[in-house]
Amino acid sequence: MSLLLLTKLAWRNLWRNYRRTLIMLAAIILGVWAMIMMNALMRGMVDGMLDSGLKYLPGHAQLHHPAYRDDPGVAHSLEALSAPLQEALADRDILGWSARVKVPAMISSERDSRGVVLLGVDPMQELSIGFAETDLVQGRFLESATDPSVVVGEAMLKRLETRLGRRIVLSSQTVGNEVGERGFPIVGVYRASLPSLEETLVYAGREVVQGMLGMGGAVSEVAILGPDYRRLEPWFGRVAAAVDEGMVLEGWRELDEYLALSLSIQGGAGIVLIVVIFLALSFGLVNTMAMAVFERVREMGLLLALGMPPHAMLYQVLLEALFLLLLGLLAGNLLGWLSLQPLLSGIDLSALAEAAELSGMGATLYPNLRGVDMLRATLIVIFLGLAASLIPAWRAARLDPVTSMNEY
Amino acid sequence: MAAVTCKDLCKTFSQGGERVIGLERVTLEVEEGEFLCLSGPSGSGKTTLLNTIGGLDTPDSGSITVAGQCIDRFSREQLANLRLHNIGFVFQAYNLIPVLSARENVEFVMQLQGRGLATRRALAMTILEEVGLAGLEDRRPAQLSGGQQQRVAVARAIASDPVLVLADEPTANLDSRNSSQLMELFAELNRRRSATFVIATHDKRVMDFCHRRISLQDGRIVNAESRAAGSA
Repeated sequence: MSLLLLTKLAWRNLWRNYRRTLIMLAAIILGVWAMIMMNALMRGMVDGMLDSGLKYLPGHAQLHHPAYRDDPGVAHSLEALSAPLQEALADRDILGWSARVKVPAMISSERDSRGVVLLGVDPMQELSIGFAETDLVQGRFLESATDPSVVVGEAMLKRLETRLGRRIVLSSQTVGNEVGERGFPIVGVYRASLPSLEETLVYAGREVVQGMLGMGGAVSEVAILGPDYRRLEPWFGRVAAAVDEGMVLEGWRELDEYLALSLSIQGGAGIVLIVVIFLALSFGLVNTMAMAVFERVREMGLLLALGMPPHAMLYQVLLEALFLLLLGLLAGNLLGWLSLQPLLSGIDLSALAEAAELSGMGATLYPNLRGVDMLRATLIVIFLGLAASLIPAWRAARLDPVTSMNEY
Repeated sequence: MAAVTCKDLCKTFSQGGERVIGLERVTLEVEEGEFLCLSGPSGSGKTTLLNTIGGLDTPDSGSITVAGQCIDRFSREQLANLRLHNIGFVFQAYNLIPVLSARENVEFVMQLQGRGLATRRALAMTILEEVGLAGLEDRRPAQLSGGQQQRVAVARAIASDPVLVLADEPTANLDSRNSSQLMELFAELNRRRSATFVIATHDKRVMDFCHRRISLQDGRIVNAESRAAGSA
């Protein structure tokens, strides 16, 4: 059987009723465009949630005292990291890690007091796992682990009704169950994707915080950043093998189950979305192909009478559907890609800021169009499209030549 | 050697709830190279017999052998293969493929047979010239007259070099001039290519061209009459 012949017949037959073909093509293009846009927006939304979430965590995995997550106080700290663990953390697949003190604390200005999370950090380590100088809107970041200053969020600055250069007081529970407190000058103000983060996280030098809380060299956690949050191996396994006694290593999926759920829902929701849109389209496609067969019953009977094998007739109708789908996919993908170009710099959701923050997103949505999403939509549409066309194609292959040539 | 052998063919149809006899105990042998016509009034069974011989229809009982192959138990795919390699068809209503040019229509069966491009193109051009359509090879069926379309159909039927050419009322839609030209073409092809022709017709002029005439009535052969070749 000549594929070239079938291709020629399928292509020319497709354009015999060009108006119907164009209408169906427009429907497929619109459907594919909608799939591409929705996928890119959904992926952008989840990416925004992940970015904010992983930055707040921070990192892709963390080492903790086994009881720390239930009771995140100074009592559940990690002592000095062993040499094998430090060696494992120097793995070439690990982008950075930061040993940090992370405790609940009170911050007070002359005007107000609020509950915060006090982070005692080594600034060089912290910059390696996510905090960026560009996050700063005023002043500077900490200079060292012994820097006796703090960096606060812009929203917190407003809440405390204070400003850069003024002093605040931080207090928290010490190792000896006392209240440790200390005054810090504000040397920097940062902006986060979520205002709630700006009101929560306060950065101070790690050794200064350790001294204030009587922790010695202990830290609350070690945050580790890998190259891709989707794939923690192989570095995760190597670090896990070197973990000291009295420590647990957990990936971000265990640390933030909501985030992990969002990511898995996005994958499933994307496929459901494509299938739902295509199911609506498939009625049109089946109708188009059924009409194409119905109008050509006599001609198909002739082809069968001349010796075309029935299975070749099936292929010919499927090829027509395939051409229609491929044209629609090509144009739909192109249209989707072009439509997204002006939106890639971000869609301002500040008018919906509260709703966006509730879902854990920032105020700007960055659509994310990935080749794999386009490929997935393409494969699903081709698969479902051909499946929908099987009925008319099967009918064409089962035609009786004599009846077809006589009755139509 | 017989190109076609039919033994006791019976076929009935259901029409409006009634059983209509299509063929009743038809036994017939067509020799290779024969130029034979099936005649009879409408409903006499000419087309049914032609379709049954061509594997387009199956008898209720009886046996058919075409080109040495007993086709009684052939599947749809096997019958399609038999038609493709052994039988050429010419229908009353021309029945060309509208999206293909005259040349492509002639090439169609050869392409299904898997012949190479150069061979089938050269053959198609030769045959189109043979049937008097040189220069019209790139025209689509809609751009050809009825007579020209039927010539393309004839060219297509003989292009695959079949053992048997079956023609069902091939002149029914042609005027007398075109009818005569078509029958002269058939006779010429029969002579030159030694192809076996079985033509269903009730046109007296067509019958005059044939070597043997089988008359059918109510699905039965009622008369068989032989004439000397070339006495038309």
